[in-house]
Amino acid sequence: MTIGQTRDAEQQVLLRIERVRRRGPRLIESHITLPHGAGGKASRALVEHVFLDAFGNRVLAELGDAAAVTVDGARLAITTDSFVVSPLFFPGGDIGELAVNGTVNDLAVSGARPLYLSVGLILEEGFPIADVRRIAASMASAAAQAGVQIVTGDTKVVQRGKADGCYINTTGVGWLDRPHRMVASAVRPGDVVLVSGPIGDHGITILLARGELDIDADLASDTAPLHAATAALLDAAPGVRVMRDATRGGVATVLNEIAEAAQVAVVVDEAAVPVRPAVTGACELLGIDPLYVACEGRFVAIVDPTDVEAGLAALRAAPFGEGATVIGEVRADPPALVLARTAFGGTRIVDTLVGDPLPRIC
Amino acid sequence: MRFVDEFRDAGTARALAARIAANCEPGRRYAFMEVCGGHTHTIYKHGLEDYLPETVSLVHGPGCPVCVIPMGRVDDAIAIASRPGVIMTSFGDMMRVPGSQGSFLDAKADGADIRMVYSPLDALKIARANPDRQVVFMAIGFETTAPSTAMTVLRAQAEGIQNFSVFCNHVTIIPAIRAILDSPDLRLDGFIGPGHVSTVIGCRPYEFIARHYAKPLVCAGFEPLDILQSVHMLLQQLVDGRCEVENQYARVVPWDGNPLALTAIDQVMTLRPHFEWRGLGFISQSALRVRDSYAAFDAERVFDVPGVRVADPKACQCGEVLKGVLKPWECKVFGTACTPETPIGTCMVSSEGACAAYYNFGRFTRQRISEATAV
Repeated sequence: MTIGQTRDAEQQVLLRIERVRRRGPRLIESHITLPHGAGGKASRALVEHVFLDAFGNRVLAELGDAAAVTVDGARLAITTDSFVVSPLFFPGGDIGELAVNGTVNDLAVSGARPLYLSVGLILEEGFPIADVRRIAASMASAAAQAGVQIVTGDTKVVQRGKADGCYINTTGVGWLDRPHRMVASAVRPGDVVLVSGPIGDHGITILLARGELDIDADLASDTAPLHAATAALLDAAPGVRVMRDATRGGVATVLNEIAEAAQVAVVVDEAAVPVRPAVTGACELLGIDPLYVACEGRFVAIVDPTDVEAGLAALRAAPFGEGATVIGEVRADPPALVLARTAFGGTRIVDTLVGDPLPRIC
Repeated sequence: MRFVDEFRDAGTARALAARIAANCEPGRRYAFMEVCGGHTHTIYKHGLEDYLPETVSLVHGPGCPVCVIPMGRVDDAIAIASRPGVIMTSFGDMMRVPGSQGSFLDAKADGADIRMVYSPLDALKIARANPDRQVVFMAIGFETTAPSTAMTVLRAQAEGIQNFSVFCNHVTIIPAIRAILDSPDLRLDGFIGPGHVSTVIGCRPYEFIARHYAKPLVCAGFEPLDILQSVHMLLQQLVDGRCEVENQYARVVPWDGNPLALTAIDQVMTLRPHFEWRGLGFISQSALRVRDSYAAFDAERVFDVPGVRVADPKACQCGEVLKGVLKPWECKVFGTACTPETPIGTCMVSSEGACAAYYNFGRFTRQRISEATAV
């Protein structure tokens, strides 16, 4: 075969693969495995083939960070999240703070003003009351910082060995008080990709806090409420198409979701992605790509190019937005794909992972 | 970051790329095999092929530890892991490798106690902490990882630990390279030698490749500039009419290897008469087992291992991919029936597997990606 023929043959195969991929991930396992909870392709298969089948409705089908509903003319956002992080206490935070911020952030990136939270605790027999107090206190202070009230809750206790200390679920209600509606499908070629600060701090902090690796680094979780930063961005930049917090699966997974929803290509400049040296170092040692590492206080925003300057300035002046920067742009082709210009000067695909390289980080 | 960024400098890469292009004879096509899966990963992760002329192709070799594990060995490991009281420990890469009845992940969901470790010493730590359980380490890899398995067995013996054993699947690189050289359907112009393996075995064992098979080999490091420089060194040998083993990775690889590591392997392990490689079939003298004197640490003797041989799935062409005869996309099931979510073959599992690397990082022709990302 000549080089040209080889290239054509390869292209045919690749087009066939794209057709297969458009059908979405299949659910073929007979049991739940860890990747089903990791936010990647396996999670998506479970959601699409079990939960959407069972609960399917127009609101759920949006699959946003929060659901938007209208009650008597008022537009509300509702979201829920469960937290199973191990260890429960880690540099920069604990499971309680995470449980409040995680739900606050899902509301914030949906454009809502976070208002009320519920808290469900599942505790293991034998878990120290002192730790429950400590977790409750940190939830209270996180709620105060985010300007939300914890207005209802529930506690269940299971036998020793049937849970790992403490699991927390939080549900949040927010008010969509802006006329602005954001959907990932509104993203279009020419738009610009922003990230609100250095990525990967949380995931790597948790991994190191487990003490299994004998690696020490001066790192703390980035867990933080993002409502002030998202509000500042929306005030300054009406052309915000969509925002997503980069939790499980990291920035790469968020960008893939957006690329797919809008049928666009997202091109990331690897050299422009902010990553702390300690995170880069740990990722190099462990063979992990920081683009896939979870954050708990960072979000990605896709913004109309004319709004980038004003948006960035507003974000950088807002709490937890100081490190905001441009990391890439949106292109038309190839649709539903994330590409990276590598720092080395080459190019590659940034695909969604099947599972998460680091389980139980939130 | 120091010791990383200087090996990923785009300016140096452009300069090397120009020298590579200048060394290519017009109209001639070149194929170099990178033996090691770590190189495959680097090539795709950094988009290194963008720097090579279209006439230079990199062929992915058999040096991905996870990729060469046959289904039968996975089944055997799951059989051990499923016994009451056993804790199986494994590198994360192994978790998704399919056996005939599923992977470690599936067995774990079925109730087997399978834990991910980063080093065999972590497995030993688990054994110390669980004296009433049998802890087994799923040992995989080439000469790169064999010394740490051997050292762990020696440590276990020194400490008198009695509930620790190793399910030994260590393989050796030279027989695999020889199998490729003897394969009639492959045309290669040279080898990018496996740097990590060479830190242990050195460069001398490759000399037969230059001498008897008349193929140059450059032992290469794992940063993108290492690989680019190695391609340049291979082309330079062709231009000069030389055919030698050269060491690009001299900052880490001693010509004679690491005698301490080799001694440790030799003390604990010995060559098996033959071993089955996924996709490549049985290769004689190509794998290691635990020596009789350490039988107490050999899971194959501590447990009743079924030792069933399972044929590779018919549709899977991992063997051809591992030998470099087929590019990943040329396999019939690539990307359709066989994907990272539902791998049929091992090459689609590990991040060092040629198919997974190509699927995850490179799944578009270079031309289309460069058009899409043009500044």
